Amino acid sequence: MKRKNKWLEPAGLLRIAAHTLGWGLLAWLVWSFFDDPINPIQATIQRSGYYALVFLVLSLTATPLNTWFGFRPALKVRRTLGLFAFMFAGVHFLTFSVIDYGLDWNLLRGAIFEKPYILLGLTALTILLALAITSFKWWMKSMGKNWQRLHRLVYLAAPLVVIHYSWSIKGDVLRLQGDILEPLAFGLVVVLLLISRLPPIRRTAVGLRNRLALKMIQPKTRSTPPIEKPHP
Amino acid sequence: MTDYSKYKSFPVHPSEITPEHVYLNRRAFMKTAAVVGAGVFLAACGTEAASPASPTAPADLTTGSQTDELGDPLNTYEQITNYNNYYEYSLGKEDVAQSSQDLKTSPWDVQVYGLVNKPQTFALEDLLSQFTQEERIYRLRCVEGWSMVIPWMGFPLSALLEAVEPTSDARYVRFETLLDPEQMPKQSSSLWPWPYQEGLRLDEAMNNLTLLATGLYGKPLPPQNGAPIRLVVPWKYGFKSLKAIVKIELVPDEPETFWTTVAPNEYGFYANVNPDVAHPRWSQASERRIGELGRRETMMFNGYGDEVATLYENMDLSVHY
Repeated sequence: MKRKNKWLEPAGLLRIAAHTLGWGLLAWLVWSFFDDPINPIQATIQRSGYYALVFLVLSLTATPLNTWFGFRPALKVRRTLGLFAFMFAGVHFLTFSVIDYGLDWNLLRGAIFEKPYILLGLTALTILLALAITSFKWWMKSMGKNWQRLHRLVYLAAPLVVIHYSWSIKGDVLRLQGDILEPLAFGLVVVLLLISRLPPIRRTAVGLRNRLALKMIQPKTRSTPPIEKPHP
Repeated sequence: MTDYSKYKSFPVHPSEITPEHVYLNRRAFMKTAAVVGAGVFLAACGTEAASPASPTAPADLTTGSQTDELGDPLNTYEQITNYNNYYEYSLGKEDVAQSSQDLKTSPWDVQVYGLVNKPQTFALEDLLSQFTQEERIYRLRCVEGWSMVIPWMGFPLSALLEAVEPTSDARYVRFETLLDPEQMPKQSSSLWPWPYQEGLRLDEAMNNLTLLATGLYGKPLPPQNGAPIRLVVPWKYGFKSLKAIVKIELVPDEPETFWTTVAPNEYGFYANVNPDVAHPRWSQASERRIGELGRRETMMFNGYGDEVATLYENMDLSVHY
């Protein structure tokens, strides 16, 4: 039998979808900046930050899709999704620091250090930067076990980004007043995605799935359990 | 204690002068207001008047000056009418112009009551004819960190308050926006404490800068900017300047406001523009003037220190933010 075109396999399709979404949103962002909105800087900062959060959450979805549902192609787009999250976080930060504040250090210093709001986002961005730089195979190999340790920092970055986002809206998440629905929804999703990775919970999920697979495919012989890669 | 002498002084305030052509234009302005009112009334009777895809600027905008007293250019009608915080309609500032177009502003009554000798309900037409409408060019500084320069038409709140004669017990003024979820769809959400309320201390309300605005660029206010009548308190963050006012009550105690209810630790009752007092989450030291790239430093009391600093002489503004 002839081998199918690899782009038509699930992983290939996912990759095409991720790139279409990522580059499409970037093009849309640039286009709308010049499309003469009233306050293009604020619009660009808000949108790029939002896209970064969406991609970060999507990248965190990849691993549970594999461990819980055995959907291995998801792992093939995880890095792409993470890199898009970093790209939009970079656009977000550069619009803020270069276009908005014109790299005016006096103003920037106040904005960054007067309140934790921006510092939190900056911490998350630093994490994403480190992960993006070390996202290549070469780093993965040469860092060995440390690579995985480093990349677990994404579990810190995601909640930081959600808090940073919830602080940017007008309302009070803790008092359930105001413009809070989206920050709460993102927070809930991130918490669930992190819980789904806790070893006991993950093991239960994998066990359940294996038993189910055994029953359905080969009730008599033992099958090798699906490979569970220890990925972030 | 803040030393107010360090804040710049601006000698001539445009509010003291009403340019002749603006004054003459008042008649035209009031006529338009009446026509617009009638138009809305007819539309309500069943005339199918489709609202324009994007509200366009009237052809004959007028203003007495092209700049504020500091020499900064006015923002365009386009900018002022397409970038609005009006949570009764939408959280998207550029969506409000469209979604607010059908607000019915005629008939419109403003009830002035509470601790006054002469409580009275004013029809909008009476407010327009009874009080001299003048142009005031003010900077508007939003708590989000952007600002505009806007040529309002209107009259001082003090004139209205003098007409109803506050009693000696009256110490604060409480304002209320229209509550009508059928017209203002977001008022159906229980996440917000509707109706929108605001308040001023009586001496703030009586300050000559405090304006009840009824027009913009010599034209009646469009719905997205607070038609038919709104408050403008130029030395305070924009959220104090509530829109579509239906009630003005004189009260003895500091009233609850919309934003002090939503997030009391973030939005204070006073909400004076102050570069030295940060919002609990972000710095207020600088702002972006709409239409400009980059930022400018925020001025104490939004540049109106000469007129209002004395109101707060014995107060710690980092406590009373």
